[in-house]
Amino acid sequence: MTMREITYRDALGEALHEEMARDERVIVLGEDVYGGPCGYQGCFGVTRSVVQDYADRLLDTPIAEQVIVGAAIGAAMCGMRPVAEIMYEDFVALAMDMLVNTAAKTHFMTGGTICVPMVLRAAGGATSIGPQHSQMWTSWFMHVPGLYVVLPSTPYDAKGLLKTAMRKNSPVVFIEHKKLYNFKGLVPEEEYLIPFGQANTLRPGKDVTLIAMGYMLHLAQQVVDKLRERDVSVELIDPRTLCPLDVESMVQSVRKTHKCVVVAEDVRTAGPTAEIAAAIAENAFEYLDAPIGRVGARQAFIAHNKGMADYVLPDAARIEQAVQHVLDWS
Amino acid sequence: MDTRLMLQMHRDMVFGRLFEERVQQLFDKGLIPGSVHLGIGEEATQVGAVRALAPQDYVCPNHREHVGDLVKGTDPKRLMAEILAKSTGTAGGASGSCHLSDVSCRNLGVQGIIGAVFPVAAGAALAQKRLKTGCMVLALFGDGCSNEGTFHESLNLSSVWRLPVVWLCVNNQYGMGTAHVKVSAVEDIADRACAYNMPGLVVDGNDVLAVYEAVSQARQRALAGDGPSLLECKTYRWGGHSTMDKRLYRPKEEVEAWLKRDPIPRLEALLREKGILDDASVERVHADSLKAVDEAEEFAMNSPEPRPESAMDLVFCPSEV
Repeated sequence: MTMREITYRDALGEALHEEMARDERVIVLGEDVYGGPCGYQGCFGVTRSVVQDYADRLLDTPIAEQVIVGAAIGAAMCGMRPVAEIMYEDFVALAMDMLVNTAAKTHFMTGGTICVPMVLRAAGGATSIGPQHSQMWTSWFMHVPGLYVVLPSTPYDAKGLLKTAMRKNSPVVFIEHKKLYNFKGLVPEEEYLIPFGQANTLRPGKDVTLIAMGYMLHLAQQVVDKLRERDVSVELIDPRTLCPLDVESMVQSVRKTHKCVVVAEDVRTAGPTAEIAAAIAENAFEYLDAPIGRVGARQAFIAHNKGMADYVLPDAARIEQAVQHVLDWS
Repeated sequence: MDTRLMLQMHRDMVFGRLFEERVQQLFDKGLIPGSVHLGIGEEATQVGAVRALAPQDYVCPNHREHVGDLVKGTDPKRLMAEILAKSTGTAGGASGSCHLSDVSCRNLGVQGIIGAVFPVAAGAALAQKRLKTGCMVLALFGDGCSNEGTFHESLNLSSVWRLPVVWLCVNNQYGMGTAHVKVSAVEDIADRACAYNMPGLVVDGNDVLAVYEAVSQARQRALAGDGPSLLECKTYRWGGHSTMDKRLYRPKEEVEAWLKRDPIPRLEALLREKGILDDASVERVHADSLKAVDEAEEFAMNSPEPRPESAMDLVFCPSEV
């Protein structure tokens, strides 16, 4: 494969472009997804990649999240494959009913006769914009049967997972991390897809399993590098999709390392770390030599002030501390 | 209007009425789980509206829409089986009366969440426009539903994008036990159309011919690319909100006045006047309808329960990737 370095934003844009070229039924709707030649072209510039070729399939909507998501559902029910863009993950709350009660339940409620092939893209995670623009709520979506939940960590994953999402016949919640849009990584020139439910083992290791995704994966990588200098071998796993969750890969790893720390940017309470830790405890209890460590945001909001925000959010130091804690357990 | 069409709508209303009366009886016998919302008294609106559509047009029904579902083409046996939660129902027992759908006749299904119909219907209409299908979408909703925020979001968007959709409010005067006039700033919901730059029209919802005409015109407008319309059919819910409702909250005089405006005898009188309906034909319509209702009940009652584990089968739709 011919690799080149592109940003997470452009990787997402390439996925949109390729799938729009492949399937005329794909449309993108949302606030400012186009906005004209001098428009925003996506709140975070993701749709910029498709403006030149598919401007007529970028539908600028009013600020009306329920109808953005609901219209995507209705169009999907009638044979289209819409991608709905909601600017910030926090705002998905406005469309939660459409997502939970209609998108997720339609296939079941109609006896399998109507499917809803739509993708809801939203930017999640902390920046410095403050409490209503910074949250990561992936566990809300994980909790709902009938929704796929994706959180890509790298440009490679962003492209491969978005292409898969756009070909699924059930609704996908696709969370993009704001801090990663400008992050660069290697992406093949050739077409590829990444299947859902396949975790990625980024670093093999034998002393402890570290599970993280999204921006947290990058913090976890720093910790892995630092610990390697002290001859600690960490196995780093990115689940990539929270639904379906590749429990098997994580359990296999823990059976080898006997120790585990799970990291997520969501608040710890009832968050993805809770689900993953429970799944590991259920399936690898007898292999564990230490309690499963969990790192997540504190049960609070993300302030505009950096000091306050950093106090609440997980960081490399807290991840390292959690890993050290399980390593020291005896 | 075509004689055959008027006679058809008469049969639709009689059959719908008898079907729903049977549902009430089955509910009273304890054979229907949950609850059912009946539209007895509102048949003219449902029949007139749905008969104005072509088979390829879509319907987004409300939760009080058995009669409209039957007119759109759902097999009464499968409809009854679904209401009775049987495996032979339109959704294999998963949906019940409150979430009925039948995509085989382009019924996209009831949104059991009041107000969810608006965005879904807007999206369905968007698909018709983008895919150039030459079809339109009829969205039905109650007066109570019209106060949901999605009403505003969706009517606005449908007008901005000139979507082929007809918004039809079945104003049956009550949202559960609350009178429409008590909780709405305007008496005529159709008045709100001006805020969305679309035509708004109040229709006598107990006059099946008036409803048919109004929906036909709005449909033509939608198909011509001129955008959506808001129709408000004034009618009355004879029964309670659901089969469980004791309906103690309505003035007796009000109920009696509306009972006198029964849409079925009203059409019958007109058809008799035109000399196309007589006692014998009315009797035959009743007998045929009753037979079909009996068959639907028998089919439903004799149908097997779904396998409990089938609850897991349809959470996700299979995909190739």
